[in-house]
Amino acid sequence: MSDTAPRAPKRPRVDPLYDPRVRAAVYQVLLLLLLLWLGYQVAVNVRANLVAQNIATGFGFFGITAGFGINQSLIPYQEADTYGRAFVVGLLNTLLVSAIGIVFATILGFIIGIARLSPNWLVARIAGGYVELIRNLPLLFQIMFWYVAVLSPLPAVRQSIGIGFQPLVQRLADGLAWLNFDLAKAAAGLVQRFAVWIGPPEVFLNNRGLIVPEPYFHSGAGIVCAALLAGIVATIAMRIWARRRLDATGQTFPVFWASIGLVVGLPLAALVVLGFPVGLVQPELRGFNFVGGIRLIPEFVALVLALTTYTAAFIAEVVRAGILSVSRGQTEAAAALGLPRKRVLNLVVVPQAMRVITPPLTNQYLNLTKNSTLAAAIGYPDLFSVFAGSTLNITGQAIEIIAITMAVYLTISLVTSLLMGWYNARIQLAERA
Amino acid sequence: MNSIDNTMTEGNGSQLRFVRRAMVPERARPLAVDVIGAIWRRLFGGVFNTMLTLVSAFILVALVWPTFRFMIWDAVWDGASRVDCLEETLKRPVGACWPFVQAKFGQFIYGFYPEAERWRPNLVFLIGALLLAPLLVPGAPLKRINALLFFVVFPIVSFFLLVGGRFGLVHVETRVWGGLLITLVISFTGIVASMPLGILLALGRRSPLPAVRVVSVAIIEFWRGVPLITVLFFATYMLPFFLPPHWNVDALLRVLIGVTLFSGAYLAEVIRGGLQAIPRGQFEAAAAMGMGYWKVMGLIIMPQALKYVIPGLVNSFIALFKDTTLVLIVSIFDLLGQVRTSFSDPNWATPVTLFTGFAFAGIIYFVISFAMSRYALAMERRLSTDHRAT
Amino acid sequence: MTPQQQELRQTRNPVAVDIVGLNKWYGSFHVLRDVDLRIARGERIVIAGPSGSGKSTLLRCINRLEDWQEGSVVVDGVELTDDLKKIEDVRREVGMVFQQFNLFPHLTVMQNCTLAPIWVRHMPRKAAEDLARHYLERVQIPEQAGKYPSQLSGGQQQRVAIARALCMQPKIMLFDEPTSALDPEMIKEVLDTMVMLAEDGMTMAVVTHEMGFARQVANRVALMDAGQIIEMSEPARFFENPQHERTKLFLSQILR
Repeated sequence: MSDTAPRAPKRPRVDPLYDPRVRAAVYQVLLLLLLLWLGYQVAVNVRANLVAQNIATGFGFFGITAGFGINQSLIPYQEADTYGRAFVVGLLNTLLVSAIGIVFATILGFIIGIARLSPNWLVARIAGGYVELIRNLPLLFQIMFWYVAVLSPLPAVRQSIGIGFQPLVQRLADGLAWLNFDLAKAAAGLVQRFAVWIGPPEVFLNNRGLIVPEPYFHSGAGIVCAALLAGIVATIAMRIWARRRLDATGQTFPVFWASIGLVVGLPLAALVVLGFPVGLVQPELRGFNFVGGIRLIPEFVALVLALTTYTAAFIAEVVRAGILSVSRGQTEAAAALGLPRKRVLNLVVVPQAMRVITPPLTNQYLNLTKNSTLAAAIGYPDLFSVFAGSTLNITGQAIEIIAITMAVYLTISLVTSLLMGWYNARIQLAERA
Repeated sequence: MNSIDNTMTEGNGSQLRFVRRAMVPERARPLAVDVIGAIWRRLFGGVFNTMLTLVSAFILVALVWPTFRFMIWDAVWDGASRVDCLEETLKRPVGACWPFVQAKFGQFIYGFYPEAERWRPNLVFLIGALLLAPLLVPGAPLKRINALLFFVVFPIVSFFLLVGGRFGLVHVETRVWGGLLITLVISFTGIVASMPLGILLALGRRSPLPAVRVVSVAIIEFWRGVPLITVLFFATYMLPFFLPPHWNVDALLRVLIGVTLFSGAYLAEVIRGGLQAIPRGQFEAAAAMGMGYWKVMGLIIMPQALKYVIPGLVNSFIALFKDTTLVLIVSIFDLLGQVRTSFSDPNWATPVTLFTGFAFAGIIYFVISFAMSRYALAMERRLSTDHRAT
Repeated sequence: MTPQQQELRQTRNPVAVDIVGLNKWYGSFHVLRDVDLRIARGERIVIAGPSGSGKSTLLRCINRLEDWQEGSVVVDGVELTDDLKKIEDVRREVGMVFQQFNLFPHLTVMQNCTLAPIWVRHMPRKAAEDLARHYLERVQIPEQAGKYPSQLSGGQQQRVAIARALCMQPKIMLFDEPTSALDPEMIKEVLDTMVMLAEDGMTMAVVTHEMGFARQVANRVALMDAGQIIEMSEPARFFENPQHERTKLFLSQILR
């Protein structure tokens, strides 16, 4: 082979000082040497400092008793448990607050983003005002505001404030009564009776937190769950059938309403038939405390509230930009084909907008998760405050603890960006290959 | 139509001919009724829309009216202590207790910077404002010198003015700095110091040398991947271990290092965006003139890229300005931190103190960020129209 | 009226589009001024004019992509009003081809063509695909059915857009500067497709500067300027013997 293959042309000799390849190699070697030297210096300093301050090293502390309490935990935890367990408690709390924040922020963000594009001038302006106000105030300011100014001064348990539909109706009745003329008074009476008929509110707020109804599961709950599952399976089957029918006959089917009917209707029927084996225990004030219901600590409430409203403003901008990115030509072309407005949105605008929205939306989810570390400022026991706060305070092992904390968030970030990279590549592959 | 020269004939349309004799003059739009009708239809066209309008109007009133009452109508404007802001004293509903802000104003702005020396931060604010104003106006002359003064000379002068200990100025420890002063010091220093880092990292990320690229990407992705709070903790608790034992780094300086690394990574991405906006032809044209890498970058590419980067730079500054609040978690008390500590003063403990404090801090944060974001937006529009024109 | 009767009435109706006294303002700008235009069934009318003369706006009024303040537009016997139902009815029968193609980038060529037949005409997918294949063959790109629009050249994209409109089997086709966004070498393939359509007897309203096309296929050519029709006549007279000074000027500019 080598005899017949044409010989590579000989590179003319270049003065190594001016050979770009030599230069590139030298620069890179120098950079690596510099990094190595820096790393060595850091290692030397760390060792000297640790010896001087007599601080333990290694990850042995994971197995040691933590000795501090945590005021919210999804798994059983007490002071005698280890730092390792405290770490898990913190991680779960971070995931909890992030997950709930993400769900609410997405809902609120989409509503506001769409509202900003509303032809209704008032709605669009209010949505715009919300975004401007929220985006231009620091997140920590908002967390502090909710926690320090709104939640902390709330009345004690006995004077809990009820939240829900009933207090709103009651307010309306009071307002009408205040107007003080005959018709308004008559209306106030009616509304008042309606308020009484609704019954007491289900959610209470006091300086110990937010009390929400607690679900209960009696015998027969399994059947209700099975009904729910059956509803979901039936919905999937129905969707496949509807798709096939559309393909075969061109007939559309009200998939959305049918899905709701199946997913909600089936379990509801089971509930009624079985006499409500699943339901919510309404919290009730007895003496100095509530019976029934779950108490969400104020730190959690403040954090979820602030993260949700803050991130929603950014999501709203993402959604708005996504919808605006679908050019007018697209909607016009779809409309010119005779597609009804609803279908233009469903078939042309939303699929295109979602592709634009998804990457920055994921980024916002990531930001929300990272921002949940601000919990440290109000003492919500997330990963950061449990670990880099309490654990670091007691053990003093700053290097290990901060490194682990950073590693956790870094992992979440990198995994998310890898997933996004994959998503983008797939989209581009489908459209531009 | 008086101008049709042969009447429309039914049947074969292809026979139709038409030549205009007199042009139709421009008419005003049939207005009045139409505009009001259009507005009415936009707000009250359809049941759903009407409901939306009513709910929005309700929300608007429910938010604006109490805010107005609290901030202005029911507010207390002068007084000397908590007694003047109590409902019991005034026998009326009480809104914001502005005397509280007045009493704490010094603390909110300067922290515990000695009162006798407060002319120094004031002078810094003044110089900064005087240098910044012409810099923000796009057409102002002497841009280069102005920028040099603002980004290089001003920080040095400010450093000596604020820290003192030289030129006959009393030394003021950074420990006592606080309030808006520290908010601005951290965000401004953060952005100025992270600029060179951001430029280097951005260039590194686009470098043809694989080792340089890998190192740059690693640094950028690392700092962008972790929350700022962990960075501040890193700087405060971990960094001292990395330095020789006898080095005693000031707490504020440590935070500044952390902030610089953090925002440097974000700036790198902003600058990379600017570099990508430069057409390839620019690189090629410069290289064709025999320029080396650093000359191409320094003389041709960077000056153009930085222009595109201005809006992103301002936005980074806004982000940093807001993020500076986080330093209170590492016990440096910026504006928000000072407001929070002021709440514990029993002299001013009233039911309205909390809201008053937050209202004051909120207004300052909002006004500064909002103004800057509008400025960034205006610059962006200007750049995009400039771009279209060429 | 039974559907059969309605069908009969519509096919007998010799007028495809009837525009009377149309006036439209963009804000305070009077963009269409007292426009009268009647397009007969099977007729092909070409509308030319300088940019900003309102020719595209006029075309877009025919399927009510634009609304107007005064006047009436009757398409295929249906008067267009704010009534969404009527608008959709008309749009179903009126195909439109845009300057920027406006293909749906997230759908393949085939899906672009079958979207409306399935969701608007309620055709079975199979039938819709057969129809799409038929029209893709007519525009001579059957082999591109599985590709996405961004993988096609401009000329191919515009031909897909024509096929997409044809899949609704419209009675009238509107072309809004279909060749203006194309590279010169691609203009011919699109014009050829349009000539083919014209030979089939399609009712067409075309806004274009392709005067060769106008000469070849149009029954009538109209010149618009300042929001009004200046001159309108059959191509021979329009090109050889223009009456209005504005027409002469326009022709001298566009034909060199």
